[in-house]
Amino acid sequence: MTVSRTTSYAGIAVVVAVLPLLLDPYWTDVFVSIGLYSVLALSLNIILGQAGLFHMGHAAFYAVGAYVTAIANTMWGVPVLWAMPFAGLAAALFAMVVARPIIHLRGDYLLIVTIGIVEIVRIALINNVFGLTGGANGIFGISRPMLFGFKIAKPVHFYYLVWAYVACSILLFRRLENSRFGRALNYIKEDDTAAEGSGVNTASYKLWAFVLGAFWAGMTGTIYAAKMTIISPESFSFWESVVLFAIVILGGGSNRGVLLGAFLLIGLPEFFREFASARMLAFGLAMVVMMIFRPQGMLPPMPRFYKLPERIRCITGKGGDAAAQAGGGA
Amino acid sequence: MEEFFQQLTNGLAVGGIYALIALGYTMVYGVLKLINFAHGDLFTIGAYLGFTLFTAFGLAGWVSGPGGVLLVLVMVMGLVALIGFLLERVAYRPLRSSSRLSAVVSALGASIFFQNAVMLIYGAKFQVYPNDIRPSYVLSIMGIDVPLVRIMMIAASLGLMLALYWFTQRTRIGAAIRATAIDQGAAKLMGIDVNRVISLVFMIGPALGGVAGVMVGLYYGQVDFTMGWVYGLKAFTAAILGGIGNIPGAMVGGLLLGVIEALGAAYISIAWKDAIAFLVLILILIIRPTGLLGERVADKI
Repeated sequence: MTVSRTTSYAGIAVVVAVLPLLLDPYWTDVFVSIGLYSVLALSLNIILGQAGLFHMGHAAFYAVGAYVTAIANTMWGVPVLWAMPFAGLAAALFAMVVARPIIHLRGDYLLIVTIGIVEIVRIALINNVFGLTGGANGIFGISRPMLFGFKIAKPVHFYYLVWAYVACSILLFRRLENSRFGRALNYIKEDDTAAEGSGVNTASYKLWAFVLGAFWAGMTGTIYAAKMTIISPESFSFWESVVLFAIVILGGGSNRGVLLGAFLLIGLPEFFREFASARMLAFGLAMVVMMIFRPQGMLPPMPRFYKLPERIRCITGKGGDAAAQAGGGA
Repeated sequence: MEEFFQQLTNGLAVGGIYALIALGYTMVYGVLKLINFAHGDLFTIGAYLGFTLFTAFGLAGWVSGPGGVLLVLVMVMGLVALIGFLLERVAYRPLRSSSRLSAVVSALGASIFFQNAVMLIYGAKFQVYPNDIRPSYVLSIMGIDVPLVRIMMIAASLGLMLALYWFTQRTRIGAAIRATAIDQGAAKLMGIDVNRVISLVFMIGPALGGVAGVMVGLYYGQVDFTMGWVYGLKAFTAAILGGIGNIPGAMVGGLLLGVIEALGAAYISIAWKDAIAFLVLILILIIRPTGLLGERVADKI
């Protein structure tokens, strides 16, 4: 199991690394989009996939990050990549403020409220809140990122930047999943009450899931702003949130599932451009069919296996093989 | 004062629409504990079916005056009820025993499906309702000019709400709906065919939503395919405001939200009009999640 996962990641990494050699700029750009959506969906996955919190306002956090970057860059001349941690922090702070009062809401109510939040953010951006966001036109003229004196401007440059970022995210999120924090989130997802009863501070863990997901989405906002050089409220509409939500749900909540979901939902429609308008129709249908026949998604996280301590193994007579499978989760 | 009354009647008219849609949410929630996300899109479908019946078949032409409008309303009710019935059969019934959240995702999927189906059939542009079917007469009540169409809308929505209230309170089927909402298992033991009750609820709710759609078309003169989810979200806010699962609550919540929004748009800021409703939603869920009239909540939210 561990072997197959490592192999599949190695396979993905090799494919991703050589792919731009075979692609024209248009398709490279498509894969940049897939990468961006992958990172966003990975960050949403902490909240939705790991903790099971129905959050459909992820575009709000993404928007905060992108706007912080754009404002810092165009008004104060901060280099784009330097703005990245600040974009993340701003989004995390925003998440902390808005998620705190709603964190106790049950599944479907949380979903509705987060939709409300993403809409309020969009309306605020259109209304040029604080006189900083440029209203409905948004902000333009964001400069290209510089990395060690190298200007990142072509699609292929962004391709490697974005996918390197995806790789870092997956590495970190894998560690996170197998940490105490990740296990607590999974426990909350499986049974909120039992988790609370076992001494897991559910409210605090849920809040941190939001904050962490928002931090990552905010940083992704920076890369988005740098790539587009122009951002407007329409880039962060409710539909962006729906697409991210669908990627995580259809993918199944594992990191590989998220990658697969991002590829299917963002990349696949490009192969069928003549049916582009029917894309969302197929999404909707897929969501219904998926819930009926495979509610766990395409690639759900694998069950965890843990190595039992020596003395327990003696008593139960089990163990051995389990040691090789330590880790678990995809 | 003139401005205030204009906004008040406008708010009541729009609130009536919210209330009609909210009834669909609240009835479905009552029997299934499911937020039917596709309900807002059934409302859009109603609006577009009304548009088709008015224009393509020229119904307003050969049945003139209020009779034609009434005929269209009844036909839309029937058609949308049928779609609601099919929706429940296809997207919700197979998920009856699985987790609530699977059903929510399925509902979202159905919503996306409907919205895009409408877009593919009618195009992404908004559609204009024929102008001549709308009464342009303006009533003067105590020196204040109120368009007749506004009064008619308020009257129609109140009439439908009262009819529904009578139906649920005074008929055997209404009693079965209420019993199913309180305890599905016990209702089954009492010989109530729960599946039929659920099907019925999925016909009544969408029928009312469809009527609301046609009313929006008549009131504003145009409809577009994305309006379903804004109206749906606001109607859901109305249902929460009144206490979800509670039929009179949805009526009160709808009217109240309509008035709050109209007055807010007039006296605070029109640009933030949509944000007001969402703010109300967030505040009510934080401060009083049971809503104004809701007293019984099955589990902690």
